[in-house]
Amino acid sequence: MGDVWIFAEVSEGRPLDVVYELLGGGRPLADDLGGKLAAILPWGADQAGEASTKEAVVRDLIASGADLVYVVQSRELVLRQEEPHAQAIYELANQYRPDVLLFGATTFGLSLAPRVAAKLGTGLIANCTTLSIDKGSGLLLMTRPAFEENIMATMTCPDRRPQMATVRPRAMKRLTPDPGRLGEVLTVVCDLPSPGARVVEVVKEDQDQAVDITDAKIIVAGGRGIGCKENLEMLEELAHLLGGAVAVSRPVVDAGWAPESRQVGQSGKIVSPKLYIACGISGAVQHTAGMSSSDIIVAINKDPGAPIFDIATYGIVGDVCQIVPALIRELKGRR
Amino acid sequence: MDYSLTEEQRMIKDLASRIARERILPEAARLDEAEEFPWEIMRVLGESDLFGVWIPEEYGGLGGGVFEQCLVMEELSRACAGVATSYAASALGAFPILLFGTEEQKQKYLPDIASGKRLAAFALTEPDAGSDAGNIRTTAVRDGDSYILNGTKQWITNGGEAEVYTVFATVDRDKGVRGITAFIVEKGTPGFEFGKKEKKLGIRSSSTRELAFRDCRIPRENLLDREGKGFIVAMRTLDRTRPGVAAQAVGIAQAALDLAAAYAMERVQFGKPVGEFQAIEHMIADMATQIEAARALTYSVARMIDAGARDFSKESAMAKVFASDVAMKVTVDAVQIFGGYGYMRDYPVEKLMRDAKVTQIYEGTNQIQRSIIGPQVLREAARRKAGQAKGITNS
Amino acid sequence: MHVLVCIKQVPADPSAVKVDRKTNTLIREGIPVVVNPFDLFAIEEALRLRERMSSSGQKGRVSVITMGPPQARSALEEAIAMGADDAVLLSDRAFAGADTLATAYTLSRGIRRIEDSTGAKVDIVICGRQSTDGDTAQVGPELAEMLGIPHLVRVRKVESLTRESIRVERIADGGYDVIESCLPVLLTVEKGINQPRVPSLRGLMRARKAGIPVWGAQELGVEAQQVGLAGSPTRVIRVFSPERQRRAEMLTGSPEAVARLLVDRLMTAM
Ligand SMILES: Cc1cc2nc3c(=O)[nH]c(=O)nc-3n(C[C@H](O)[C@@H](O)[C@@H](O)COP(=O)(O)OP(=O)(O)OC[C@H]3O[C@@H](n4cnc5c(N)ncnc54)[C@H](O)[C@@H]3O)c2cc1C
Ligand SMILES: Cc1cc2nc3c(=O)[nH]c(=O)nc-3n(C[C@H](O)[C@H](O)[C@H](O)COP(=O)(O)OP(=O)(O)OC[C@H]3O[C@@H](n4cnc5c(N)ncnc54)[C@H](O)[C@@H]3O)c2cc1C
Repeated sequence: MGDVWIFAEVSEGRPLDVVYELLGGGRPLADDLGGKLAAILPWGADQAGEASTKEAVVRDLIASGADLVYVVQSRELVLRQEEPHAQAIYELANQYRPDVLLFGATTFGLSLAPRVAAKLGTGLIANCTTLSIDKGSGLLLMTRPAFEENIMATMTCPDRRPQMATVRPRAMKRLTPDPGRLGEVLTVVCDLPSPGARVVEVVKEDQDQAVDITDAKIIVAGGRGIGCKENLEMLEELAHLLGGAVAVSRPVVDAGWAPESRQVGQSGKIVSPKLYIACGISGAVQHTAGMSSSDIIVAINKDPGAPIFDIATYGIVGDVCQIVPALIRELKGRR
Repeated sequence: MDYSLTEEQRMIKDLASRIARERILPEAARLDEAEEFPWEIMRVLGESDLFGVWIPEEYGGLGGGVFEQCLVMEELSRACAGVATSYAASALGAFPILLFGTEEQKQKYLPDIASGKRLAAFALTEPDAGSDAGNIRTTAVRDGDSYILNGTKQWITNGGEAEVYTVFATVDRDKGVRGITAFIVEKGTPGFEFGKKEKKLGIRSSSTRELAFRDCRIPRENLLDREGKGFIVAMRTLDRTRPGVAAQAVGIAQAALDLAAAYAMERVQFGKPVGEFQAIEHMIADMATQIEAARALTYSVARMIDAGARDFSKESAMAKVFASDVAMKVTVDAVQIFGGYGYMRDYPVEKLMRDAKVTQIYEGTNQIQRSIIGPQVLREAARRKAGQAKGITNS
Repeated sequence: MHVLVCIKQVPADPSAVKVDRKTNTLIREGIPVVVNPFDLFAIEEALRLRERMSSSGQKGRVSVITMGPPQARSALEEAIAMGADDAVLLSDRAFAGADTLATAYTLSRGIRRIEDSTGAKVDIVICGRQSTDGDTAQVGPELAEMLGIPHLVRVRKVESLTRESIRVERIADGGYDVIESCLPVLLTVEKGINQPRVPSLRGLMRARKAGIPVWGAQELGVEAQQVGLAGSPTRVIRVFSPERQRRAEMLTGSPEAVARLLVDRLMTAM
């Protein structure tokens, strides 16, 4: 039938951003396959009381692209407990046999999806950044980075179903919600065995920095080439003028100039802002892995051969300590 | 160059190099800046069995010799010469026990030193007795079943950090060097105190302190060898440890060359990497050649000692002089190749230059080493001449 | 108590692996290999759990297992040098080309065979959070499912351990969860859960001589079509280097001039 399912991970009664991105990415797949786009919404005991919230979430999922929402209810579907979630999805998939099953590559998604894949005896492609349907074979083409982002691989799951993948947050674009869209809702009440592992406490940790760079639409990033810690202030000023946040590359964190929460790259955060200004960043893959999907990349670097220029939209060869103050003056002058 | 290491020696070198890379290098700049003793690294070296490479198996070691010790020194020094000094000073303090200790003393002290549980130190130098070590003033007076020590030692590596000290004192100043006697003194003995920690030019993560003995009573069993044999204990020990200083120098120099060569390929001036200017290229050629020569000499001397040679003062001094002079020259050249960046403390080459200097000074200054080598060469020449007169050919 | 660690041998520098443009395959030859860095934390945690047990009077045993080519023996040697009691190498031409599902299946059969030989269940299986080459983080959870035991990913601390249960902290998005699980259980551990020890020289010498059994398809009692490429549902159809074509528009001039040019461009583009 060619249905495409996405797992709607919910936190505190709200689907995560990646859920809407999965709907955005799943929509064309379902259209190409001539099937439905369905969201699986687990609804556990802790959220069950808030029926109005549930309905709002369902409406929201439909508005964002879903044709069908499976609301799976069980008191075991609370918190991030893999075993009952896996069992519920397994039963549902066995019954309705989707062609494609997608999860967000969140910590929970990356833990749950392989458990489901092993139950279903099917393949699973991790951390995908692009999904499409091969016109000839009708197979799902799943593309993902590997080897520290050094290599991209396009993979398929030819013989077993569903074709499963986890999808990187921010890799797909959400659709503009259409409150007028119509969709079906199917509520499934599951009787799930109690799990061997139970969450006994959920602790929120203060993100040591108030700014979450993954949310910033504009990022001014500093690398080793900024020279010293003090020069970060100049980047802060530029970021402030642009309404953005400051991020850094690994060497800057290693030097103790900035906290790890600001680090972009392979071992740091993955960001995808509208504008990324890379100041004194050479552009090693370890860094670009975390920002290469930014819409506009501006590179400022002394070394004309720096690899950052290979992925930049605009390049400026020069000293950060001269260019950035000039930019600040220019922006102030235009106010 | 291939030095035909045995499988075990290769394992030792690889492990030392791995610890150097993974545990020491990332910490080196910080330890240098903070002048902090590398306790955590000492613990890792202990757990990895590296403190015991030169100690016989019956005393908890791995049964290697001076050569194995040199392999470790070279690798550690590539990452941080201060750490290597702290490691080496323990061997320097413990060698007298292995060479001259009684079976009981060896059983008592060596296993803990081999496992790194306790560090050792070697206390010879005094404010008025440096090169002229025969002139020490710390006294040891026999009192029944003990000796009472009085005096001050200066610039003792691992001072304060070590648990076991080989201390040289005189039982009779009138006897000159024949009055010098070696003792084992444990930290915590009443009357044994530590003075200030020195601030140094280089090897700043190592700790160098003054030791003060005030009516410090130590049991007679802690006498090493016999009364009056201390100077021989000291000289024989230093003959065996100087190749370690040479290996340290080789390690420092190698680190400098590696950085300089990489930088020379990276740094572009006048449109090309500076390494493509012949002036720089030739400097690098000389650095590499000198280092290889120093390494070859050091390894040969270490192997000669381990093979059971009887007299190797000259060779040991040669290795130390040559390698430390090479290290000094090479590190100065490395700073030169880095230009202004080399002078900045943000880059690691200036530290190598600061660290290299001490290898020309401690365990006998290079002037003193030449005073060991020169006279012996002349003596050998004289002997050869006498032999020729008698019609004996010698090669 | 029996703790089993799954380790994988990976290229020392995964970014050095290149694509052969003609055949579209990965060039792995001649690239030095190491134990997957994440797995060193797994080994260390197992050794610490053993120490914890012995201090509470229980006997602990740490075994290590890997599926890989014959050269993967050196990864197991490293684990023994760190202090693991014994190791098993799962190696067979038929295992080659496995995806995570086939890998987890093969490992599960290896573990079953170990359990048959000891007559007891493995109590705790520990994996690294992910490998640095394939980088999927899937083998652990898939293996747990096949063994029929719970799994806890991204464990950053083991709070307590009894004969029947374990309590851990695992990293979650935006904080951490405290979880309690019955045994047997599978954990995948986070970097930084501990500081892996460096092997000792004595350990290295012991490892060099250690007898490490090699089990193939026959020993595991598996069919060739259940393992390796044949047993893998996924297929790599193309590998390529991420595109890096020079497309930057270079802005030149004085700092003031380039600043003006850039701000102009950004105003129209955004
Ligand atoms: C470019 C590329 C992309 C790939 N993408 C996928 C994909 O998306 N999905 C897929 O199913 N396969 C994929 N594979 C195949 C997969 O990587 C296999 O190599 C698989 O054997 C191991 O998976 P992993 O490296 O991702 O391990 P991970 O799941 O990341 O490893 C986690 C832990 O599992 C344990 N472990 C992993 N492998 C072994 C082993 N051989 N022996 C013992 N313990 C082990 C270790 O404790 C390790 O720390 C890909 C391979 C390549 C080359
Ligand atoms: C960092 C550091 C750590 C040390 N650690 C220890 C330790 O752990 N244990 C220990 O016992 N000592 C230690 N020392 C002391 C070291 O061994 C002495 O510094 C060294 O022997 C030189 O003595 P001096 O400094 O008193 O120089 P001096 O003997 O005063 O020499 C001054 C100068 O005169 C030259 N000179 C002296 N005599 C002659 C001569 N006859 N002919 C030609 N030139 C001569 C010297 O070469 C030198 O250039 C350490 C020193 C340093 C710097």
